[in-house]
Parts: sequence; C-alpha cells; structure tokens
Amino acid sequence: MAAIYRREVKSFLNSVTGYLFIAFILVVTGIYFTAYHLRGGYPVFSYTLEAIVVIFLIAVPVLTMRILAEERRQKTDQLLLTSPVSVSGIVVGKYLALVTMLLIPTLIMAVYPLILTQFGSVSLPESYTALAGLFLLAGSFLAIGLYLSSTTENQVIAAVLTFLVLFLCYIMDGIASFFPETASASFYALVIAAAAAAFLLYYMTAHTLIAAAGFLLAEGTLTALFFLRPSIYEGLIQKILGIFAITDRFSEFTNGIFDLSGVIYYLSIIVVCLFLTVQSIQKRRWS
Amino acid sequence: MIEAEHLTKRYGNHLAVDDLSFTVGEGQIYGFLGPNGAGKSTTMNIMTGYIAPTSGEVRINGHSILDEPEEARKCIGYLPEIPPLYPDMTVKEYLVFAAGLKKIPRKSAPDMIADLMETTGITDMQNRLIRNLSKGYRQRTGLAQALLGYPPVIILDEPMVGLDPRQIIEIRDLIRSLGRKHTVILSSHILSEISAVCDHIMIISHGKLVASDTPENLPLLMAGTNTLQLTVRTDEQTLRSILNAQDAVLSYTLEPSSENGAWDAVIRSETDSDLREALFFGCAKQNAAILNMQLSRMSLEDIFLELTEDETKTEGGDENGSHLS
Repeated sequence: MAAIYRREVKSFLNSVTGYLFIAFILVVTGIYFTAYHLRGGYPVFSYTLEAIVVIFLIAVPVLTMRILAEERRQKTDQLLLTSPVSVSGIVVGKYLALVTMLLIPTLIMAVYPLILTQFGSVSLPESYTALAGLFLLAGSFLAIGLYLSSTTENQVIAAVLTFLVLFLCYIMDGIASFFPETASASFYALVIAAAAAAFLLYYMTAHTLIAAAGFLLAEGTLTALFFLRPSIYEGLIQKILGIFAITDRFSEFTNGIFDLSGVIYYLSIIVVCLFLTVQSIQKRRWS
Repeated sequence: MIEAEHLTKRYGNHLAVDDLSFTVGEGQIYGFLGPNGAGKSTTMNIMTGYIAPTSGEVRINGHSILDEPEEARKCIGYLPEIPPLYPDMTVKEYLVFAAGLKKIPRKSAPDMIADLMETTGITDMQNRLIRNLSKGYRQRTGLAQALLGYPPVIILDEPMVGLDPRQIIEIRDLIRSLGRKHTVILSSHILSEISAVCDHIMIISHGKLVASDTPENLPLLMAGTNTLQLTVRTDEQTLRSILNAQDAVLSYTLEPSSENGAWDAVIRSETDSDLREALFFGCAKQNAAILNMQLSRMSLEDIFLELTEDETKTEGGDENGSHLS
C-alpha cells in the first residue's frame, strides 16, 4: 500500500496532471478570492469556496481518469495483482495518493482567511469549517472518480463518465424539483424504478424466476403501501434523489456549521465507492 | 512446490484451459510448450493469481492461491507476456517500487536491485525512462522485476520474445543458473528455446496437457515412435509376407522404389522394439537384398506438430493466449 501510494504521488508530481489539478484550483480560487474579498471587501471566505465547487467537476476527472484505467491498459495491473498486496491495499493506496493531491491546494487555501484577517475581522472557525466541508466534498468526488476509472480501460471514457456523474449529483436538486411532490407521483416513479431494477436483475443473473419474484414482491409492496399508508409517499422522490445530491450537504458547512451528519454522509460515500472499486477489480478476475 | 488440480477457465462458450492438472517439483526448469492460443498465458495467469479459474485449484508451497493469496504470491516472481512496466518511471525507480510491492526489507533492497540490474545487464540503463527503452531492455527490466526477492518460484511468460540472439543466449544462461536454486516455469511456442533450457517439457494444446516428460523421454512416449525406412530388392508380395511375419510391426506403407525392381517400405513399430535384425534375417531367408535400412526416431519437432496438429484441424483455435479480460 505504501509503495503504491508513493508511486502515485510521485507520478502526479512528475507529470503535468498533478500540477494542472493544483494550478487550476488555485487560479480559480485566486480569482474569486480577489473579486469577493480583496476587491469586494466581503469577509466571509465560504463565498469563494461555494463558488469553486463547480471547478471540481472538471478538475477531479482530470486527476482520477488514469488512476486505474491506465493500469489496465498498460497491463501493469498484472504486476500489482500478482504481488503480495491485497486489492483493498491497492485501492486505498491509490485513493490516499489522490487525497494527498487534494490536500496540497487545500492547505494553500487555508492561508487565505489568514490574509483576510489583516484587513478586518474574519471568523476563522467558520472559514475552516467551510474549508473542511470542501475537502470532504472533493474527497468524495475523488472516490467516485476512482471507482469509475476502475470500470474501464479507456481514460477518456473514465473522465467523461466521472464528469457526467458528478454533474448529475451537482444538479440533482434541480432534477428533484421537476417532480411533483404528490404521493401518486412518487408511487408511479417507484413502480417504474422497481420494474427497471427487476429487468436489470434479469439481465445480470439471466434467471427468470428470481427476477420475476423480485419484480412481483417489489411492486406488491409498493402498491400495498400506497393504499395503506399513502402519506409516506409524499415528497419521497425528492428524499431519494436528495441522497445523491452530494453538493447539497456542503451548504451546511458554508454556513459555518460543522455538520456531523454531513461528515458521516461524505465518509460513507467514500467508503462505498472504495468498496465498489475493490469489487469491480475482483469481478474482472473472476469473469 | 506447485500443484495445479483440474484447472478450467471458461470465457463465455470458449474453454481456454480445460481440466489441466500438473505438479511442478523443486529446483527444476519446466517448459510450457504449445502453439499460439493454446492457453499457456491463461494458465500462468491463473497460477500467479491474476485471474481466477472457473474451477480447480493451484497451491504454491502448500498455499492456495485463492484462499491465501498473499502468502502464495510471496513465493512467486512473475514476468507476464507484456512486461508490466510504467513508462513514466526510470528503470531504478521501477525496481524500487516493485521491491516495495514485494515487501522486501528497505535495508536489503538497494543491494538486491543493484545485483539484479548487473545480472540482467541493465545497470547502464538504470536512470533512463522506461518509455525510451528498446524492447529487449524492457524485457530484461521485467525479468529483473520477476527475480526481485529471489522467490522460490519464477514464472516467465515468453521471456525470449524481442531479444537479439546474443541476449537470448545470455538470458538462457541466466535461466539455467536460476534453475539450480529456484523452480522456473517458462513458456514458449518455439521448441528450440524450450528444449535448450528445460528439464521437463509440458506440451499444451487447446487448454489440455497433451504430454509431460523430459526432453529425452518425450520421444519414447509416442506410440509408434520408431519408424524404419527400408528399401528391399524384391516383389511386393514377398515383402508383405516378410513384414507380416513380424509381431512388432504396427503398420507399414509400401511403394515402388526409385531403384529398379525394389520396394520402399516405411514401417512403424512399437516403441521398445528394434526390428532391424529380425528384418535382416527375414529378408535373407527370402533372398531379398536389403539396399537401405534406416531407423528414424521422431524428433521433438515432429512430436510437437503431431500432438498439437490433430486438434487445430477440428477447431478454429482463434483464442489468443493474452486473452485476459
């Protein structure tokens, strides 16, 4: 794990990707920082951080696209997977290297609130809470990018997929608001989703009985609940889609609240993505 | 050392490895021989734990590659068909990285790396980026990686590909010297490479082990290995009666010789028999003069072709050994 971590960090710092990632984030942060705080005189640092979230939608895929896809393309995964290192060790080593690359611009950004204190009173706890929130948010972006890089051996596909998924998460709030909040709307959406899930199950297992049983069970439960307790369906789509609205949780942090549930939420996303990455690598060995 | 039991690997409808079982003993050089797409690489990938078999088991030094992967892999050094090199690293950086992966103690690693670079002849290249190396040097860097930590089992998939004749001789000598202390398994589709270094040859065709023996014994394994060419000045009938009188004769073909009034016979007999004297006296009794008699054993080349040919005719054989996904 340590060897992989060292190699990845070195590789980022020996190639243009790592510097591009750091520079891109810092340049945009600098522009917003100048506009909001130095020129505008506004003392709340989280304004800048909120504005640069969108930059990570582009910067993260650049950093993560090759991390596992390239190993597969160059067949260097043969070295990693036949050496006495566990697959989870490989994945965690790679992830920590990505986080290290994120840590560099984050530490530089940590200086900015200190600069502002020269010109007036700035709430440092609030600023650093927001920065910690951004770090967690970008950390979960990196985990998503790592997972998607493991699903393909083409860097470009990995980058585009990562951008699309991150972008969907970013606008998830807006998507959720398309749906009416009535119980029947949620009911119909879930019925369709259950049918799609049953089809996916059939596609993956090629087992008609299991898929049919799953389909009937899910649809039956949904229908029964709809007639017995329609109230639980109200606004349910919004709640479900809200789970994927990763950027949403960040707003608590920008308000200066160290939101423990938000921390747990981001850490869960990271753990789930790393787990899926391990599974995706293991699955390929068995197929 | 290595025990493989009933290995099977299936890609969809295609059987890449079909119920393969073998045991590899300590301190010997084993050669996997087979035409392209016979399943050599797939077998090696299963042995090293890169891919899992559909069924069957591999044990390295008693450790199952599936149940105790880390223990088992510690005993193996592996050079895959395409050397797993990072083009953005220098040769030395790469070997340091590989030493870290193999958990070689940091104290002993630099000496070991210097030693291996010397053995494989890449010391002069140590600060070059792998991207800029020629195929031969890449192959040797991959080989140095496989030897890191001097593992008891060294598995080399087509180690000679891309090397020039002098390098081939060097690497061959290196492999021979490794065979004294390590178990070496190497694969090739070129027979002369295998017979030059290996103590034991395993011929694989269409995922099946079709023969396994020493290079010396392999010819004896073949049914009807002994072939006798005979030219006798006599008529067809007499020659037939002479040959039919011999129990050891399995089959023969006759045709008129280019020499006037003589017949050529190609006789296949049982492995442990020597027909020459019996035929001499048989012919003498019939007053038939033997003009030419020659015993020809099948060469390894013939055995290889015969063992692997029959099936290539019946099946397409389009599977590539590097078929991994």
